[in-house]
Amino acid sequence: MNRRTLVLIICVVILAVFAAAAFLYPRVIPPQPSQQAQAPAQVPAEAPNGSNLVRFHSPVFGPAQAPVTIVEFFDPSCEACRAFYPYVKKILAENPNDVRLVLRYVLFHQGSEEVARMLEAARKQNLYPQVLEAVLDAQPDWHDDPRAAAAWAAAEGAGLEVGRARADMHTPSVDAVLETDMQDVKAVGIRGTPTFFVNGHALDKFGPEPLRDLVRSEVAKARN
Amino acid sequence: MSTSSSSGLWSLLLVAWLVALLSSLSALFIGEVMGQAPCVLCWFQRAFMFPLTVILTIACYRSDFAIWRYALPLAGIGAGLALAHTLLYAGLIPLPIQPCTATGPSCSGAGMTIFGGVPLPMLALFAFALIAILLLVIRRRTAP
Repeated sequence: MNRRTLVLIICVVILAVFAAAAFLYPRVIPPQPSQQAQAPAQVPAEAPNGSNLVRFHSPVFGPAQAPVTIVEFFDPSCEACRAFYPYVKKILAENPNDVRLVLRYVLFHQGSEEVARMLEAARKQNLYPQVLEAVLDAQPDWHDDPRAAAAWAAAEGAGLEVGRARADMHTPSVDAVLETDMQDVKAVGIRGTPTFFVNGHALDKFGPEPLRDLVRSEVAKARN
Repeated sequence: MSTSSSSGLWSLLLVAWLVALLSSLSALFIGEVMGQAPCVLCWFQRAFMFPLTVILTIACYRSDFAIWRYALPLAGIGAGLALAHTLLYAGLIPLPIQPCTATGPSCSGAGMTIFGGVPLPMLALFAFALIAILLLVIRRRTAP
């Protein structure tokens, strides 16, 4: 066969196969044009409104009256949040009296909502830090699994009463927490997680060290 | 050049082209049909695989073996990127923590595998390397 004819035939056949496969592929996951993606490219500079950052319903680590507040917009199934966790924990441990951490939920991924609800249920059992650490540790196993099976197993290992948690996680109060948090995510213009605010100031550079430096300078300010 | 060696060369070129064509269409299928958004490193690899497909198509059509001069750099750079991505995926080179966004997936995250566990970066590395090797053979055989 002539080479040119062969090249043309291969082109036509392969493109036809591709078109057929694309047509026949079951559309289980429609591409999700998420609302966050369409939001204007807004970089969270100074927080527009303090009340968008700290809410009374949010889980808090550290002393409630601490002069320095870190607000972390946090997605349980985000691997960067997982990678940041030890650093944030260390910052809190270094400043046991001066710094508190407020976690706000950001639900950007499949599985985020399930685990955020589970964490809220764990809060009712006074197991929040334990379950948080367990699910973050197991995150690679449930990442992007909408049912987050491995996260449930890890939480159970940390002592969570799963039956009670499954009942607690769909109460209206938990719905309200997630709803408010996602509204604030939009209001503040969060585009990625984790996003930190220290006493309302955004990080000028993303990374554990800039966060530590900002906390240090805010602690120094508070002491003066 | 004898007809038989020319036809052997052409088969090599044909295989290189088919590898590039299948890789490009697979990338499009995974991205556009299966709806898995490409990460940053995937985009860079696409930027080198797509033009390879186009120029190798023309080279096959015209039996132009001098194409290795143009295609080999593309395949080489693509292989370098795919190697870096594979190492990153395997966790052998560290990556500064990148924030997760609503749209862009991470370069080392889940969903980077196909056929029950073959990592996509490794497939890309294999494709780029195969094309580069075929082009190198063509280069040696066409050398005066």
